[in-house]
Amino acid sequence: MRFNVLEHQLVPEHRLVAEEEADRVLKALKITRDQLPKIRKSDPVIQVLEKIEGPIEEGRIIRVTRVSGTAGVSEAYRLVIGR
Amino acid sequence: MMSSMRGVTKRIQSIKFALLSPDEIRRMSATKIITADTYDDDGFPIDMGLMDSHLGVIEPGLRCKTCGGKVDDCPGHFGHIDLAMPVIHVGYVKDIKKLLQATCRKCGRLLLTRQQAQEYMAEMEQVEELGGDVTEVGYVTKETAREAQKRQRCPHCGEEQGKVTLDKPTTFREDGHKLTPKEVRERLERIPNEDLRVLGMNPEVARPEWMVLTALLVPPVTVRPSITLESGDRSEDDLTHKLVDVLRINQRLRENRDAGAPQLIVEDLWELLQYHVTTYFDNQTSGIPPARHRSGRPLKTLVQRLKGKEGRFRSNLSGKRVNFSARTVISPDPILSINEVGVPVEAARELTVPVHVQAYNSEIVKQWVKRGPAPLGPLGEYAPGVNYVIRPDGRRIRVTDKNAEVVAEAVEIGYTVERQLVDGDIVLFNRQPSLHRMSMMAHEVRVMPHKTFRFNLAVCPPYNADFDGDEMNLHVLQSEEARAEARVLMRVQEHILSPRFGGPVIGGIHDHITGSFLLTYKESKFTREEVTFILSKIDIRDLPAPDVKKGGKEFWSGKALFSAILPKDLSMTFKSSIAPKGDIGLKELKEEDSLVVIKDGVVLSGTIDENGVGAFKGKILDKLARDYGPDAARVFIDKGTKMAIGAIMIRGFTTGIDDEDIPEEAKKQISDSLRTAIEKVEGLVDSYKRGELEQMPGRSLEETLEVEAMKILGRARDLAGQIAGKHLGIENSAVIMARSGARGSMLNLSQMAGSIGQQAVRGERLSRGYWNRTLPHFKKGDLGAEAKGFVKSSYKSGLHPTEYFFHAMGGREGLVDTAVRTSRSGYMQRRLINALEDLKVKEDGTVRNTADTIIQFKFGEDGVDPSRSVQGRAVDIDDILQEVLGEEPSWKERLREQEMASYGLTEKDMYVEISEEEVEVEEEEPPSEE
Ligand SMILES: [Mg+2]
Ligand SMILES: [Zn+2]
Ligand SMILES: [Zn+2]
Repeated sequence: MRFNVLEHQLVPEHRLVAEEEADRVLKALKITRDQLPKIRKSDPVIQVLEKIEGPIEEGRIIRVTRVSGTAGVSEAYRLVIGR
Repeated sequence: MMSSMRGVTKRIQSIKFALLSPDEIRRMSATKIITADTYDDDGFPIDMGLMDSHLGVIEPGLRCKTCGGKVDDCPGHFGHIDLAMPVIHVGYVKDIKKLLQATCRKCGRLLLTRQQAQEYMAEMEQVEELGGDVTEVGYVTKETAREAQKRQRCPHCGEEQGKVTLDKPTTFREDGHKLTPKEVRERLERIPNEDLRVLGMNPEVARPEWMVLTALLVPPVTVRPSITLESGDRSEDDLTHKLVDVLRINQRLRENRDAGAPQLIVEDLWELLQYHVTTYFDNQTSGIPPARHRSGRPLKTLVQRLKGKEGRFRSNLSGKRVNFSARTVISPDPILSINEVGVPVEAARELTVPVHVQAYNSEIVKQWVKRGPAPLGPLGEYAPGVNYVIRPDGRRIRVTDKNAEVVAEAVEIGYTVERQLVDGDIVLFNRQPSLHRMSMMAHEVRVMPHKTFRFNLAVCPPYNADFDGDEMNLHVLQSEEARAEARVLMRVQEHILSPRFGGPVIGGIHDHITGSFLLTYKESKFTREEVTFILSKIDIRDLPAPDVKKGGKEFWSGKALFSAILPKDLSMTFKSSIAPKGDIGLKELKEEDSLVVIKDGVVLSGTIDENGVGAFKGKILDKLARDYGPDAARVFIDKGTKMAIGAIMIRGFTTGIDDEDIPEEAKKQISDSLRTAIEKVEGLVDSYKRGELEQMPGRSLEETLEVEAMKILGRARDLAGQIAGKHLGIENSAVIMARSGARGSMLNLSQMAGSIGQQAVRGERLSRGYWNRTLPHFKKGDLGAEAKGFVKSSYKSGLHPTEYFFHAMGGREGLVDTAVRTSRSGYMQRRLINALEDLKVKEDGTVRNTADTIIQFKFGEDGVDPSRSVQGRAVDIDDILQEVLGEEPSWKERLREQEMASYGLTEKDMYVEISEEEVEVEEEEPPSEE
């Protein structure tokens, strides 16, 4: 790894969500996976997460925790897609 | 049927553009067109003519020979013309040129080696794979073509290549020799499919030779209907005229060619055919004269139908005309409520609301209809009439004075009646450019005499309207659902708080603020007559007890009068806008009567001005709208503004240039201080020239001089303003306006009375114009104050010629800036709107697009509606604390809190508006490189 993007000041925290928890999240939001915003497997953040978590398949969910100007901290989710 | 349709959504996955092949043209053609004649002597369309009835029907009653449908069922069908000789399609000359240059003149192969071609192909595929869009793939193919064009000799057959040029608009030449469209077509035919793929073309749907036309598609008659004039003559559409030309020349060309006419004649006719086909597509092709109508008017052909502001896209697809709407000049009416709009009688008679006849209303509706289309009330005033009666089968009957009685008798349940506007009808009112949601609000109608739309001045800010000739649009809602929705969501009072900064956009302006100031400043008091006059404007009937009795006379204080319209439990503290700037003590604040303290609905101290009731800044408005609801806020604005106007009318208020009169002595003081400053700058310049100027860190010597000079001159202007300001007291009208926030600023006044000051371009003293000087009136290299744009005169005293010139230089920068800014921000706004227009906040607080996928998990991340926020925050903690604990925090703490709450919101932000003189921006992209 040349550079861990997650350590960059401007990159918010990304975490792989465990499958059981992912189902809970989807249930709470009353949505299906395809209704989530997407993130590519080739995204530098996923590359870094794969170094930590091992291979991440398509269809997994990532939680993004941002510092928010309005809400303090806000959480968002992304669906891992191909390429 | 309808219920099963609901929920079926289809998405466009991709759009493929292709060329029409001659085969396809013939296949989709309903008939071949061979004759230029349109109608026979009996007025029937001629077979295989341009109006052939296989092409669709435009006359009611007739049937289409292709599909058998009547006027509204038949969509129209294409025909075609077989061209005697091929012609170039103007729309594709660029592509044809590229292809001719990139391929071999003999074997037709791409002028690249097999390996090169493969490399480019691979590159293109890679871009596609990485999700590159059409433009990005286009960059690769463009590069491919450019590389191929460079090659002089064919790598496949060894042929030496000529130089292909384009003689605009449609003539191709090779080394100066003309290539006929036939030759061009033959060359394009020779290009093998696999080479086209490298150039980014899909040969299955777009063979290049199809860019040279051998058959011309004739659009259905429905696209080019002929109109019958009153005289009975037929008038044909411009496209038909053009097609007639094409057919005539085509015919002559065929005859001459078949008869073996001389080559020269055939070529001339061929070129003429090319001209007609070219202008049929685009009658503004550069390099050829536009085809004209007999009257001399240029014909509107295909491209002209689509292009520009009046074209199909901008005029019919992006924008549409609607019924039940009106447009006229606007003018002010301070008597109307902010929720109302004055509609001229003439407009009210044209604009109608559909009323469905039911058992409960059939009698009254019949009465309406009976009165005819222009009834008057008992006093000769406006009363609503009925324009149309619509039967259950959809037939419309126009109501006239003559038939009113008969029609009224026929009206029964199931009918719909179009009733003219009455007071209280809800309508939408709009002023362009509609940049935010407050640009279109719902108002209640007040039918009035005269010809303008009228509304309350407090509603000017959200519309950004003034009355120097502005016009506005009005739309009458046509369904119960729309009216209910408009009343709940769009009524003016629902928009007092803006979602842009969480404060009021509707509120007092100009004289409202001056009036409030005059009403409440210090010990202003009013006599019984005056109080009666002010209170008569609002519905307060009982005179409150007088506040002061003096010499047997009773007086009412302005603060008490103002308190009469405040809710009885309102308590708040804030600084007036007349408060001296900076961190000042309580004593000073009180001295200027600029600390507003309201306790239990009574103004105890302070002046009510812009910070109290002004649009954008009014703290009282803000609190009322938020804590007491839109109804209370609307009542407050209606009454407060009327009261303010009452107060200003009693005192009388005017301003003139003599408001900036200052004593001779002050003038002398100002000119002395300015001279001192100018001399100081001279001294600075001297020390710079002697090399004695001390350099500032990080700046060059020249920069140091400039900075110092600017500093001195800036201070000089301020000092001049201060000296002048000493003689401009709060009793001065101009000062009242500036301090209370009604209009103008103290800077404006000091520039009128004191000195205008340094003029600048790009933040620097003026320096451009002549070589080493600004004007020939100065010596070369003069760095003094006057030579570099310092204007020591005031607006009142008048400017010297050189000063006037400098002022124009500085002024122009401002104008250019605004023009540039507005066009850019207008374009950016448009792109943002296009990108965001179909996102919406769902019931669960998520923001979703039309595919129902989530864009944001919680609106704004905190789920707070900014128009219901406290300066962008969800709650006002101080306010709640005070309410719960009943403690009044010290005024200073409170003020500090308030300032912090409005973080990120500067005065400037609130006034930044995109001006209406939005510079024309082209619909699509900014101009491309060509
Ligand atoms: Mg105007
Ligand atoms: Zn038809
Ligand atoms: Zn060749």
